[in-house]
Parts: sequence; structure tokens; C-alpha cells
Amino acid sequence: MPVTILTWLGIGWIGFLLLPWYGLEDGITRTPLRYYLGDEAGPGLIQAALHAKWWLWPVAAALALPLLALRPNSDHRRAGTILIVVGTAGLAWISLQGFALTHRGWGWSILAEMFGPTTQRQFGMGWGAASVATSLLFLLTTGLARRGAMRGDAFVTGAIGIVVATVALFVFWPVIEVLFEAALTNDGRYGLMPLANRLTTQTIWGLGCFQGQRSCGVFWNSVLLATIVGITTTLLGLAFALLAQRTAFPAKPLLKLVAVLPVITPPFVIGLAIILLFGRNGAVTLFLESAFGIPPTRWIYGLPGLVLVQTLAFAPIAFMVLLGVVQGVSPSMEEAAQTLRASRWRVFTTVTLPLIRPGLANSFLIGFVESLADFGNPLVLAGNFNVLSTQIFFAIVGAQSDPGRAAALSMVLLAVCLAAFFLQNVWLGKRAYTTVSGKGDGGMHAPLPRGARWFIYGTAVPWMAFTLIVYAMIVVGGFVENFGRDNSFTLKHYVVTFGIEWGQHGIVWAGRAWNSLFTTLQLSALAAPLTAAIGLLTAYLLARQTFAGKQAFEFTTMLSFAIPGTVIGVSYIVAFNVPPLELTGTGIILVICFVFRNMPVAIRAGVATLSQIDKSLDECSLMLRHGSFATLRRVVLPLLRPAIVAALVYSFVRAITSVSAVVFLVSAEYNLATAYIVNRVEVSDYGVAIAYSSALVVIMAVGVGLIQLVVGERRLGRRGGASSILREASA
Amino acid sequence: MTIRTIGAVAALVAGTLLGGAAQAQGRLNLYCSVQEDWCQLMQTEFEKATGIRVAMTRKSSGETYAQVKAEKDNPRGDIWWGGTGDPHLQAAEEGLTADYETPRMGEMQDWAVQQWRTGRKRTIGIYAGALGFGFNTELLAKKNLPEPKCWADLVNPAYKGEVQVANPHSSGTSYTMVASLVQIMGENGAFDYLRKLNTNVNQYTKSGAAPIVAAGRGETLIGIVFMHDAITQSVRNFPIKTVAPCEGTGYEIGSMSIIAGARNLDSARKFYDWALSAEAQALGARAQSYQVPSNKGAATPPQAPKLSEIKLINYDFPKFGSSEERKRLLSRFDAEIKIAN
Repeated sequence: MPVTILTWLGIGWIGFLLLPWYGLEDGITRTPLRYYLGDEAGPGLIQAALHAKWWLWPVAAALALPLLALRPNSDHRRAGTILIVVGTAGLAWISLQGFALTHRGWGWSILAEMFGPTTQRQFGMGWGAASVATSLLFLLTTGLARRGAMRGDAFVTGAIGIVVATVALFVFWPVIEVLFEAALTNDGRYGLMPLANRLTTQTIWGLGCFQGQRSCGVFWNSVLLATIVGITTTLLGLAFALLAQRTAFPAKPLLKLVAVLPVITPPFVIGLAIILLFGRNGAVTLFLESAFGIPPTRWIYGLPGLVLVQTLAFAPIAFMVLLGVVQGVSPSMEEAAQTLRASRWRVFTTVTLPLIRPGLANSFLIGFVESLADFGNPLVLAGNFNVLSTQIFFAIVGAQSDPGRAAALSMVLLAVCLAAFFLQNVWLGKRAYTTVSGKGDGGMHAPLPRGARWFIYGTAVPWMAFTLIVYAMIVVGGFVENFGRDNSFTLKHYVVTFGIEWGQHGIVWAGRAWNSLFTTLQLSALAAPLTAAIGLLTAYLLARQTFAGKQAFEFTTMLSFAIPGTVIGVSYIVAFNVPPLELTGTGIILVICFVFRNMPVAIRAGVATLSQIDKSLDECSLMLRHGSFATLRRVVLPLLRPAIVAALVYSFVRAITSVSAVVFLVSAEYNLATAYIVNRVEVSDYGVAIAYSSALVVIMAVGVGLIQLVVGERRLGRRGGASSILREASA
Repeated sequence: MTIRTIGAVAALVAGTLLGGAAQAQGRLNLYCSVQEDWCQLMQTEFEKATGIRVAMTRKSSGETYAQVKAEKDNPRGDIWWGGTGDPHLQAAEEGLTADYETPRMGEMQDWAVQQWRTGRKRTIGIYAGALGFGFNTELLAKKNLPEPKCWADLVNPAYKGEVQVANPHSSGTSYTMVASLVQIMGENGAFDYLRKLNTNVNQYTKSGAAPIVAAGRGETLIGIVFMHDAITQSVRNFPIKTVAPCEGTGYEIGSMSIIAGARNLDSARKFYDWALSAEAQALGARAQSYQVPSNKGAATPPQAPKLSEIKLINYDFPKFGSSEERKRLLSRFDAEIKIAN
């Protein structure tokens, strides 16, 4: 039998014979050994043999069948059939028994009617069940490959299998569970009337703002805001990326710093700084009043403030996506155009810009969706300009708790994202954007046309200055007595937050932040590589493989991104608080939430970069008899470095700074930094909030630096980058 | 690797595997819905007093309610302490919380016991806070405006665009205001008033305490909030003066409930009894929270608004706490006061 099948079978058997079948409240390492024979911590075999859990025997049968039926010289296709049967039946049985018998006896009332009451109970599945299920899944995909799926490439079928299974489990299922609530009537049944009512209300679609009311329906507000922010972030990101790649701009390290800063800033803090600058009592406002007699107003609360702060917050993501894409544009195409006597402007508009269309489209999509899902900034700055994300939050936690309304609003939000996603696909069309190919490509980038250069300097430089001012205010805020009121110097906020004392038994972490800080760092360091791995794997499948249902699959991966965190948080509780999957209160649920929420950015970055890399490079490697795994590792991954950095950085940082998704998932043992900061802001204890945030910014900056150091830069064989910049400088 | 290091590693592994056997005095999962400092103080003081290990999670009362509801098939929390009374009543109405009668019933103020009766023995009052408003003294002087003293003053055209209050859809504070005004002025009178107030309101915030935070920073002149929230701002050196409206005002009863199906029921009951004691109720002031405690023997913090000096209305909690009345008033609010929420 081949090694892969044996390995997966082995993992399955280890899970069934040795690992506890059910989840343990105190974790696997803290449960005493003697419990491993009992009905709580026992592995599957013990459960079935000693504790009358007979329904676990079929699982053993599924694992045993391949051992009995497969011979070293078995026919390829017959072996495949056996593995498919074993995998499908085993997985189906595991999920069936999990739902049928829960911690409260029968899971479905029809079973109780058929078999009468039962005394048997099942808790959530644990490591044993997890490794058996994983093993069965890969046996299934290996079997499919044996039958010739994906040209018999077991790595590709396995990759598709694991991504589809996890996305279905951790994105699709919880979201569906929650969306069903939109059709829930008051007495707990489902109906179409409540759904129709909730979907057609004036608060969503109203056009009252044209009739002198304070605000239009949330749909219009959200779409307007998201469109503006999508455009501004893309333009700004493009300006930054061109500035970094195509000009002789002297302060590029500073540029990268400025571009990254907003990403690594905890929410609320930028909004707070903006209020302190432009609010009615803000520094700039007061200066304008005293200098020019402009009366202070509250213009910042509403659309203008939101556009400002969201652009500040999300332009860096556009920058990160576009940086790799701009870098990847082949100079030889530009040179070809120049040789044909095209002017600089013509080269730029007819060669360079069209080639970065995937980057533009992806960064617009990210900006658009980020703005739709953003929760922290509208909470602080929206004024009377209501948007979907905050409405959903308050439909759930507000004075009139109405999960049905929240679910209906989530549907609208999803529909908007779906529409944006399809428009993006239509715009990109079926054109090719390949620029990184195996052919000799040692050209020099054409200098930018004068107009574009002025535009870039004119937008990027003032914006950098603005960002620096905002951050100067934040840094200062941590060292003053009372931000904005009493500006005398103090260190007390840092002492309260990060104090360390020497006690009898060594270091005492006395500061109030340590606990949440350690948890946050631990979980996000765990989540980041997982996110990047699964995201880029998905990107590879989407960009390089064709399979049935690919479009639908691609959209599903975007789901968790489009749905606001609050809904994700609640849906995770609903889906994962009860057996068969009982994850609430653990650190695992937070890691899973981070991974699947941030995965879409890794996918987008990966797809954008991959669409530039010529397939012939992969084919070349395949023809030299490398498997697709080796090709992925040796050829594609090194070329994907910008995307890897973007994915790692984004997921690491997002895990640290996200609020709305985790607010329902944090528990006493796993509390997170942002939850703590939000609490301080709530009681207007800005000193501690800002001190903690500044420290987080520094920590994340170090983390981002480390990631870049470890992953390294992509090396494309190009000559004389410096001389082309010199030419531009003299021009 | 020497034999000794192998032995050490083995001992360590065995230690971690077997270590869970040591049992503490019991454990308690506490859902806490007041501000962080107060929650932490309650946690550590209870641990000191009983030796029970407390795992505390702090969330707003709305968030906690949503969580308790989502977890109802497999409860994670044992007790829910703090936060405005309405979600506690709602949880009681839906059977999310459990009946309990404390031996300290005799020490409780009448309003706390009343809350217990309204909530079918499933929730009890732990503190009370009166509704009022606060204004920024510096801004008032700069604008040269009169001090507001009554509800009626707030509709004075001089304060156009200067008043901030939360949206009653999202905030219990603001719903308390609507219900109080209905009880003071009659329903039609109250909605007349709210319509006039609407022209002075610059923003309907999402969270209940946000208006006074904005007032402290000078982003608005007046914020309608619970008075203890306004006092917290002045204690933190923001120029806020707190006002008890001259016509009288409503109040909230911060509550506590044991979650139905609690895994650590004994610990939950111990906490319940302890939290009602005079000593435990004195902890609020140490955490800069100036609500009025529900134990008759507990000292009211000197900064706290004196309930005896405030004209409190006879707030009808059973009526205005019910979901039907709430829905009706909120729909009327939507229909007549076009704030487009």
C-alpha cells in the first residue's frame, strides 16, 4: 500500500485507539491519566468496548476496511473506489451519530418517538474524533485522485477536500444557521411573512434624506460609504505603490512605515484622534476658530468623518495588495511599447494600468467590503449616518433584542457583497494578466508620465503628513494626564498598564494589561501562519485549478469577510456551543474565528499575485516530473512572497485588532487586548487605552518586521532598477 | 540526553497529565455587566472571601443577554451580575434565569425586592441609578447660555443642536428616558416633548453613556444619561455638572440573576448572597461607580446622587419592562420622531 494511504490510516487509528474521543473541559494535558479508561476521556475504542457506545463500532469498521481490502498490487481504480466508499460512509456516519445523540439525549425528536427515551449522552467531539475525521477525509480525496479526479493528483484533491470541508464547517454552516433566524416568527416557527417584512422595511430602503429627514435607509448609506471608500483607498494605495516602486522618492522606508501604521492600530484609536483634531472641540477646529473665525461645527460626525477615518484605516491594505502587483508588471512589455514610440503617458495608460487591473479590482473589493463590515469606526464617528454593521450589532445587543432583524440586515449586507464580487469578475473578464513568466525579462520599467507623478506626489505626501500628525497625537496621548484636557507629562498610564513588580516568587506581572496581552499574542501568533497557509492554498486552487463549482466555492470563501463580526460571533456561539462541536470558551474557537475571518485577504492577495505568474512556469516544473506539491513549494511559493507577507501580516495584525467578531467569543480565560481597550474607552479612561494601544502598535510593528525578515523578498531577475529611477530623476 | 533529564521530563509530563486532580474550593463563571474596574474588584474580593475560583467575563448587559440566550441549550455562565434591569427581566420572562430566594431578603431596599417580584424570583436589584442629564460648564460659559434645570429647559431653542441622547432602540438608558417621560407627562405629552427635543438633538448615539462622554470632551453641551455616569465624568476631571430634573425622573435598577442550568449552582448562590451584603455593595464606590446600593445597611458613597433629594417617580417596572409595551412605544417613537434609526 502506498505511504500516503498508510499515513492517513495511521493517523485515523491513533485517533481511535489513543486520543480522547470527546472534548475535555480542562484540555488534553490537564486531564489525569486514569480518566482515559472512563467514559469522559476515553478514546473511541474504550468508549465502544467498555461504555456501550456501540455506534462507534462502524467508525472502526471504516478504518479497518482499507487494511483488509487493499493489497500492494491492488488495481488503482478499485482501490480508489474502496477509499471513496470508506471515506464518504465514515464521515457521514460520524456526523450523523454526532447530531443524533447529544448532551441531552436524542438530538432529533423523531428518534425519541422511534426508540423511546435514552440515558446515553454525548459531549462535543475531541481530538480523537477530529483525527479520525481528518483521516477519513483524506482517504476519500486520495480515492478520488485514484479514480482520476484532477488528473490523478492526490495533493490537489486533498487540498480541495480540506479547504472545502473547513470552509463548509466554519463559515457556511454557522452563517446559514444564523440567517435562518430572519424567517423566524415570534412563536419560534419559520415563515415567509416575517422574512418579507424584515427585508422591505423603510429603515433599510428609505429615501428620507431627500425629504429633509436626518438620514436615508441603511442600505443606501452603507453602499455610498463603501463605494467612496473603495475608490479612495484604491487610488491612495496605487499612489503609494507607484511611489514606492516607480519613483526616486527619497523617504521610502518612512513611506512603508506610514503605510503600515494604520493597519497595526487598534480600532477606536484613530477615530478618537480624529475627534481630538477635527471634533467640535478639536485642536484644528479651535485653531480655525481663533485664526479665521470659522465657527466650530460637528461636520466630522457622519459621512465625511467616516470616509476620512476608513480611508486612513484601509488604504494600507490596498497598498499591500497593489505593491506586489505593481512590482510584478513586466518591464519588457513597457519597453516594447516604448520601442513602438508610445509616449510615457500612453505606456502608462495602455500598458501599465491595464496590467494591474486585477490588483485594482481586488483592492477595490477589499476596501468596499472592509468598509461595509467595519464596526469600530462607525460606532465612534457615524453620528446620525447609520450603516448596516452597527445596525446589526444593536439589533442583537440593543434594548430591543431582535436577532431576526439582525439576520435580515445581514442578508442585505451579504447581497451587496455578492453584487460587488460579481461586478469585479465581470470587469476583469477573461483577459490574461500574466507578466511574470519564465522568459528573459530583464527590462527596465518605463518612467512614469509627469502628470501621474505629480498626482502621486500630490496625494501621497500630504496623506503621509496627515497620518504622522494623527500618530503623533496618539503617542503623546499616552504620556499626558488627561488626553485633550490636562496635558501635563506623566508615566502613570504606562505604570498602571504594564507595571512589573518583584515579589517573593520572582516577577509579578502587576500591570492590568499583561493577562490579555499574553493571550492575544499567543492566539494571533498561532492564527497567522494557519491563515496564510489555508488562504494561499485556496488562492492556488482558485487561480491554477479548474473544478466544478469553483465560482460558488470562491464566493463561500468571501462570506466570512462580508458578514460583520458581530454576526460571525453570534453564529459561532449558536453553532459551536453544543455537541457535536463544542468549542466555546476555548482558545481554539478564537483561532478558528481569526483564521476564517481573515482568510479572504490572503486569498485575494494570492489570487492577484498568481494571476501575474505565467502558468508555463508551473508546467515546466511539472514536466520535469515534480509533483504539484513540489511545484507549489519550489516554484510558486518563492514567487508568492509578497502575497505571503501580506497574508501573514494582515492576519497577525487583524487577530490583534479585531473587536466585533470576538466580543462574544472571549471568555474569562481567553480575554483579548481589544476587548480590554474598548472597556477603557467606554469609561473615558483614555490614558490607559492609548498607552495600551501604543504598546500594541510597537509590538505589532516588531512582529511585522520579523515576518518580513523571515519570509524575505521576492527576487525577480530584472536589471538596473536604479538606473531607470535615475533617468526619471533627471527627466 | 542523560537518564536524569529523561526522568525530569517524564516527571514533568506526568505532572501536567495528572495535575488537574487538585481541586479548588469550587469555581464560578461570572458574567459581569458594569464597568471593568468594578467587575475585577468584585471578582478578587469574592475569591478572597470564599476561596472559590472566579472566571469573570465583562460585557455590556445587551451583549450578555444575547450571549445567555445563544447559550441557553448548554449554559456556560453561572451568574450574571450587574447591568440595567430590563434585559434581566427579559431573561427572566424567557426562562433563561433561575428562581432563587436569598436569606438576605430582609436587608434589601423595597425597590430591590420589587424587582425580584416583577422578575418572578429570577432577578434581584443590586443598585439603583436615577436618570438625569449633565452639561459642560466651560462650554456653557463660553456660549453664555442659562443652566438647564428641568426637562422643560432642554427644549429651549437656545440649545438647538446642543443636546445628545442615545437611540432608544439601541440603548436601555434612552428607553428609560422615553418611559419616564411618558409617566411624567402622559403619553401624548411625552411625544410632543420628544418632537420638540428632536430639533435640539445633534445626534442619537448608540450607547447609553456616550452622550456624557461627548459632553465631557466638549463635543456637545448637554448629554442625557444616568446621573452616576455623569458623576464619573466629573470625578475624572471633566467639566461636567450633573442635574436632577426638577419635574422628577425615572430610574434603573441594576440587577443580578442566576443563569438557568448553571453548572456551579452552589457557587452561584454563594456569590448571590455575598453580592447583596453591605460590604460587597460598598465596593462600587472604590471603583468610581456611584450608584445607590440596594442593601439598606450599605453606605451610600458621598458622591452618589442622593435618591432622597431627587424627585423620583413611581416607575412602573412591570408595565414598561414588558416586551409588548416596549415594542409599542418604540414603534410610536419611530413613527413620530423621524430620526431614521
